[in-house]
Amino acid sequence: MPAARVTLIRIFYALALLLAVLVLNFSLMHLAPGDVADTISQSMGGADAEVLERIRIDYGLDQPFLVQLGRYIGNVLHFDLGYSFFYNQSVTSLILERLPATLLLVVSAQVLALVVGVVLGVVSARRPNGMLSHFVTFLALFGYSAPVFWTGILLLIAFSLKIPLFPVAGMQDITVTGGFFAHAWDILRHLVLPMITLASIFLALYSRLARATMMEVLGSDYVRTAKAKGLSQRDVVYKHALKNALSPVITLAGLQFSAVVSGAVLVETVFSWPGLGTLAFQSIIARDTPTILGILFFSALVVIVGNLLTDFALRLVDPRLGGRR
Amino acid sequence: MTEPLLKVENLRIELKLRDGVAPVIDDLSFELMPGESLSFVGESGCGKSMTALAIMGLLPEGIGRIASGKLIFDGEDLTTASEARLRQIRGNEISMIFQEPMTSLNPVITVGEQIAEVLRTHQGLSRKAAWDQAAELLDAVRIPNPRSRVSDYPFQMSGGQRQRVMIAIALACKPKILIADEPTTALDVTVQAQIFDLLRDLRAQTGTSIIMITHDMGAVAEMAERMIVMYAGRKAEIGPVDQIIDHARHPYTQGLISCVPHIMSDLTETREELTEVPGIVPSLREFGRDQCLFASRCKYRSGECLQHRPPAKGFGNGQISDCWHAEAL
Repeated sequence: MPAARVTLIRIFYALALLLAVLVLNFSLMHLAPGDVADTISQSMGGADAEVLERIRIDYGLDQPFLVQLGRYIGNVLHFDLGYSFFYNQSVTSLILERLPATLLLVVSAQVLALVVGVVLGVVSARRPNGMLSHFVTFLALFGYSAPVFWTGILLLIAFSLKIPLFPVAGMQDITVTGGFFAHAWDILRHLVLPMITLASIFLALYSRLARATMMEVLGSDYVRTAKAKGLSQRDVVYKHALKNALSPVITLAGLQFSAVVSGAVLVETVFSWPGLGTLAFQSIIARDTPTILGILFFSALVVIVGNLLTDFALRLVDPRLGGRR
Repeated sequence: MTEPLLKVENLRIELKLRDGVAPVIDDLSFELMPGESLSFVGESGCGKSMTALAIMGLLPEGIGRIASGKLIFDGEDLTTASEARLRQIRGNEISMIFQEPMTSLNPVITVGEQIAEVLRTHQGLSRKAAWDQAAELLDAVRIPNPRSRVSDYPFQMSGGQRQRVMIAIALACKPKILIADEPTTALDVTVQAQIFDLLRDLRAQTGTSIIMITHDMGAVAEMAERMIVMYAGRKAEIGPVDQIIDHARHPYTQGLISCVPHIMSDLTETREELTEVPGIVPSLREFGRDQCLFASRCKYRSGECLQHRPPAKGFGNGQISDCWHAEAL
């Protein structure tokens, strides 16, 4: 099948999936007790049944479920995710304001976990009984079993309080002045701890998988051929073996992308990182339905886009999937 | 007299087992002359492939090792050569093709690149020049449309074509020795014949010596001038192919030959009945014993066969047989 057609089909499926997510989210929120009218009356300091009824009519909450759903989907198609009465702001602008912070955290953690995980996996696969190999096994067990918020708090205590290398919370220091680079450096300093915390779980997974597949690939016939050609050790490992060992790791990374996004909620809360995670946490407590729906929608979008990218990355690595020509 | 290209002297290869070590190659000596074609024959597990891997310096790490003996290639002992020096020789002066064409090529790299990288590594060719020569090599191994097929991936080729690509890789640097480890076992019969034709023609053009490992006596008769029959890690018999087939001096060789229908005989000739070699190869644990390891399967067995390892007995025609009863056979 030509690559262009495969791509189109993938994108079509992604859009269909997104629509399904939208319907499901809306239905779930509709089933939950309490609605916007409650939130508004609460913020007014309470209201009687008549006022509540009026609010419901004003916001279309008295309409049948299907009408509300249709209207919601129609609005989303116009990039209108509703209005947050809690934040007094349109949900779209609220989310777009927070999205970059989350994307920065999620993508940098994923990249860190992948790069370090693969490197550790490869190096330890070359000496399966060496010190480093045992260290990777230990790290994997630790990273996978330690709760992410606990890891975060430990890192905070160690590297912000005891040894004050990194800032405790937030994403930017308002006292920082200067040009683009001063701000970039400031954000980077804030990013280090949350990024490491979020990466720790996935680093464990990827390094284990990379080690296992790499060991298998290093014993394969084509690696023996590569050695018989007299290639350097570097070419044998990084050109011939690694390229083959990457596919399973990329597949897992794609599958884990949703877990990374949900992990971000916890990490953002621990580090007061001003992203979608903290927003989600606050809006759930405030029962801010439009905002919650918007965040769910955007999380789904991020995960679906992540999976699409994974698919394309796999096609780049493995020609048998038909990504080239 | 010309010097031999490769001289193997008293080679002993040990394999680490769960309980101790086993000599998978036990006191093997032979010589390979420039341009000669030599065949290794024997059942599975008799040490043919181990010999090949030892010459390449590719014995399985941590499991197999050369315990003693010498591998003298062009006056240089490969058993003491550095890893860097071995890398210079591998794929350049000695190269190897393997049994499994389906898995021996890297699935995610184009065949052109897999050929070209050998040329870049050993001959310092530029990317462009190496790529052009890769196409020429594909043409030389008779793959149609070589210009367009260089950018194919292995999965786009058949088993026979992949083995041709392997041959192109092996012959890219015009090696002095080509080791072919059962190059046609995984291919169907018509393709086997084509691969043998190809190897024969390429050998005639380049003058490469070939060490062919096989358990197919028909292939030996077709390809080789001399043959070494291996049994349980030891040499059973060595000599010119036609003479051994005509008059084998080792009961194991006789058994192997009588397994094959009409080697070198006309279809009209009356044929002897096909037989088999009874029993199985001894287990690795019995490999080092001071006795004839074939004795348990041999109809000529006598007392001395079980007491001492048989000495090599040479005959005037260049045949050497490691059997107590060689003269009587």
